[in-house]
Amino acid sequence: MAAATTVNYYTNYSGSRPCRMKRGRLNIKPDSEVLPICDGAVKRRRSAAVGFLCSQSQQHDSVEDWGNLPHHVVLHIFQYLSLVDRARASSVCRPWNDVFHIPDLWRRFEFELNQPATSYLKSTHPDLIQQIIKRHAQHLQYVSFKVDSCTESAEAACDILSQLVNCTIKTLGLISTARPSFMNVSQSHFVSALTVVFVNSKSLSSIKIDDTPVDDPSLKVLVANNSDTLKLLKMSSCPHVSPAGILCVADQCHGLRELALNYHLLSDELLLALSSEKHVHLEHLRIDVVSENPGQTQFHTIKKSSWDAVVHHSPKVNIVMYFFLYEEEFDPFFCEQTPVTHLYFGRAVSKEMLGRIGLNCPRLVELVVCANGLEPLDEELIRIAERCKNLTAIGLGECEVTCSGFIEFVKMCGSRLTQLSIMEEVLVPDNSYSLEQIHNEVSKYLGRMWFPDMMPTW
Amino acid sequence: MVVNSVHWFRKGLRLHDNPALQEALNGADTVRCVYILDPWFAGSANVGINRCRFLLESLEDLDTSLRKLNSRLFVVRGQPADVFPRLFKEWNVTRLTFEYDSEPYGKERDAMIIKMAKEFGIETVVRNSHTLYNLDKIIELNNNSPPLTFKRFQAIVNRLELPKKPLPTVTRQQMDSCWTDVLVNHDERFGVPSLEELGFKTQRLSPAVWKGGEMEALDRLKKHLDRKAWVANFERPQINVCSLIASPTGLSPYLRFGCLSSRLFYYELRDLYLKVRKHPNPPLSLFGQLLWREFFYTAATNNQNFDRMEGNPICVQIPWDHDPESLAKWAEGRTGFPWIDAIMTQLRQEGWIHPLARHAVACFLTRGDLWLSWESGMRVFEELLLDADWSINAGSWMWLSCSGFFQQFFHCYCPVGFGRRTDPSGEYIRRYIPKLKNYPNRYIYEPWNAPETVQKAADCVVGKDYPKPMINHAESSRLNIERMKQVYQQLSRYKGLSLLATVPTIQEEVEPPAMEDSGAHSSNDVCPAQPSRKALLRKRERPAEMQRAAACTQPKVQRISSAEGSADDQQ
Repeated sequence: MAAATTVNYYTNYSGSRPCRMKRGRLNIKPDSEVLPICDGAVKRRRSAAVGFLCSQSQQHDSVEDWGNLPHHVVLHIFQYLSLVDRARASSVCRPWNDVFHIPDLWRRFEFELNQPATSYLKSTHPDLIQQIIKRHAQHLQYVSFKVDSCTESAEAACDILSQLVNCTIKTLGLISTARPSFMNVSQSHFVSALTVVFVNSKSLSSIKIDDTPVDDPSLKVLVANNSDTLKLLKMSSCPHVSPAGILCVADQCHGLRELALNYHLLSDELLLALSSEKHVHLEHLRIDVVSENPGQTQFHTIKKSSWDAVVHHSPKVNIVMYFFLYEEEFDPFFCEQTPVTHLYFGRAVSKEMLGRIGLNCPRLVELVVCANGLEPLDEELIRIAERCKNLTAIGLGECEVTCSGFIEFVKMCGSRLTQLSIMEEVLVPDNSYSLEQIHNEVSKYLGRMWFPDMMPTW
Repeated sequence: MVVNSVHWFRKGLRLHDNPALQEALNGADTVRCVYILDPWFAGSANVGINRCRFLLESLEDLDTSLRKLNSRLFVVRGQPADVFPRLFKEWNVTRLTFEYDSEPYGKERDAMIIKMAKEFGIETVVRNSHTLYNLDKIIELNNNSPPLTFKRFQAIVNRLELPKKPLPTVTRQQMDSCWTDVLVNHDERFGVPSLEELGFKTQRLSPAVWKGGEMEALDRLKKHLDRKAWVANFERPQINVCSLIASPTGLSPYLRFGCLSSRLFYYELRDLYLKVRKHPNPPLSLFGQLLWREFFYTAATNNQNFDRMEGNPICVQIPWDHDPESLAKWAEGRTGFPWIDAIMTQLRQEGWIHPLARHAVACFLTRGDLWLSWESGMRVFEELLLDADWSINAGSWMWLSCSGFFQQFFHCYCPVGFGRRTDPSGEYIRRYIPKLKNYPNRYIYEPWNAPETVQKAADCVVGKDYPKPMINHAESSRLNIERMKQVYQQLSRYKGLSLLATVPTIQEEVEPPAMEDSGAHSSNDVCPAQPSRKALLRKRERPAEMQRAAACTQPKVQRISSAEGSADDQQ
């Protein structure tokens, strides 16, 4: 029977939250655990529960059968269940199996594609994938693909994408859970699969395709078909896109509110396009600034007037910048006022550079510095406290600050610092404060208990 | 009635501060000190030669000390469950004593042996002396779940009485009163085996940097305290290149094998502080190393899955990669990053590396660069590291890979810059990777960036004489930080832009610990205490993962209960 086979492959499915799944639960046999519920004796005993589920006025014998629950009630319950549980429940009886296939339950789907040799995660069963493509493709609206670091997994995702012809997908996410494997798929295979979705689903609103070989022509297809609906586009580290390609998106898609891209795609023209009158207010702009080898990339500067235009048009915009640069490559950044709100420095950054942040980043909300040289950052932090009035979060890794300098910084910021993560080694004891005192002092100024972050000394 | 005691050594390989051994001697007619060695296990792949050598040296040392007391150590080959029934009969045993083992596997084994002894009509006495505190008491005071942050742990410890004072060492007089006949063929039957006997090849084995045994441990303790007294500095020492090299005052392997009592160390350190500082309340930070050890023992004691990701309620589920080839490069010191390779070489050769070095290689293997599971790194440490206790090893790996204990993950150690901060001239690298010894300081941490002429002049060409870096650190740290963010966002259900806010709030820091007087009441609660008002003010929910942590508070293996008339920490 169809229902029985259904259960077999759903129960192999690991679910979107593998951490919650225990092996024991997955192996429950439908015939021993689920089917007895339909048995008359059990039915009597459970009548109280049935009464609770049915509307109270209808407690007749005829409705005291689980199979006779109204469709909409079963549907409502199913919406709270995981796919595995729904699949198991669908093998109870024919009416429940019918509900199982109601389109409402197939709006959202996450395909998980992993190779057993490289990943801890299990995969969506191939039979389930086939069934979705055959029976539920037209119902899909929110689709994501999670792939591991194997090229085969990314290729399998592309194969599925190419089959999503009769769809009205609204959000599409291609997510690499380990190393980005879409980059290893042949570009033509990837682009043709992606454009199938772009062409057929004409109301895409949100697309997340970081670390993929998407290119300018495919973005043109996207714009041609979805310009009215597109609101979110995340494409960090897509090396085949050019500044002109992304500019075309910004020019045509006036509803675009969130954008993530690499610095080499960021241009004055792009910022002006995003700030044109026709364009909605930008909410979130994320920029990754990456250099793989020292001195290989020349970084351009963005004009202050372009940044000003962005903030003028979208006063509430969040601008998030992630830096992965060598120390000597920071020269083009923050020499003039920059409306950045969230800053993350993944590699060592110079004292001088941090000094410029205090001077030129008045909108700064969060600052995370992974590493810095051996000189204490006291002055720089104090300047940041003084001039970055919106700063609420700071994280320091391999840096140095004297205890007094740090206390001064915290005192100036006060309780607006809701996130304060400082490695214990960062704090250099001086004449005024020892490490023991610092936790009391800082807690006092923050108005809550605070401790530095610690690493085991084992 | 005749009392024939057997004291079973496992950890706790010492005669000083050994309460269980004292119980064995107490009013006994004969006493035999036994160590049970499974030759197959000792020689297996997951016990490195340094670890095994350290154990054998410790046993030799025990035997030597016992000889001085006119007794001997009986090293019995086999497994406890097979060996004991035989010994019980042969020696007509009436009392069995051993030190309490808090680790889940040990508790299970001990419960079985206690049951077996009972069937033989043998009284079993178990005493706590491997840890400073009674771990179950800490758990009880923390609303019946182990504290998940070190700060919380310290807060609980602060409310406990001082640890029990160490007991004096066993005397000749005590031993004489229960003199036991030693057979002529004792060495043959019960001698300490050699490494060769256990199947290790010892031809090219260099002398041990860390010599096992209680005598060595006490000697080191004295040096350790002398140095502390000399520098009169009880704060965190500044880390430099000397810290990275094995020190003659290092103690961690001796604490792990119990050659040194943690309580003796605690009190000696405390007394010295009181003498030098003349301050009545030494800060907890004075005992940092010992407290970290207790912290991880406490976290692990009721969690059988503490050493793995799956089924471990305190471990964040992270989709690590599987890549045996990369793992081997890391484990064998062939990553192409001199700082990482030097550390792994020191670990393999000597069996010990500095905590900072552990942070560096653990971060590199997991969330920093290679994105491989902490479990595989833990197994390599288990084989090579002398002080890798099950609980501490697994706990540290979870900590360092940000898989547990609510760590901020933004802080990745750079495999180039981190070492350079500690040792700018690369002396440490030159010592452990002699191939690179002629590199100028500027390139010693990144030889691949040296111009070809420099590489040739240093007589070590990257790609030929020394491997190219196995990974692009900039690229991998960019990807990995996103990946960690993905995992933690799911956990904390945080959708904002802040990277720091991605890590879930620590519920327990805002919860008061159970009050002593309400202990009886709260010990019946299976659920964690109701969040305080302050906790409710926080927007984010406690993640499901962490809620499940409550499940691990129920001990799966019951602690050997005092109802048996056996376990008693009160002494």
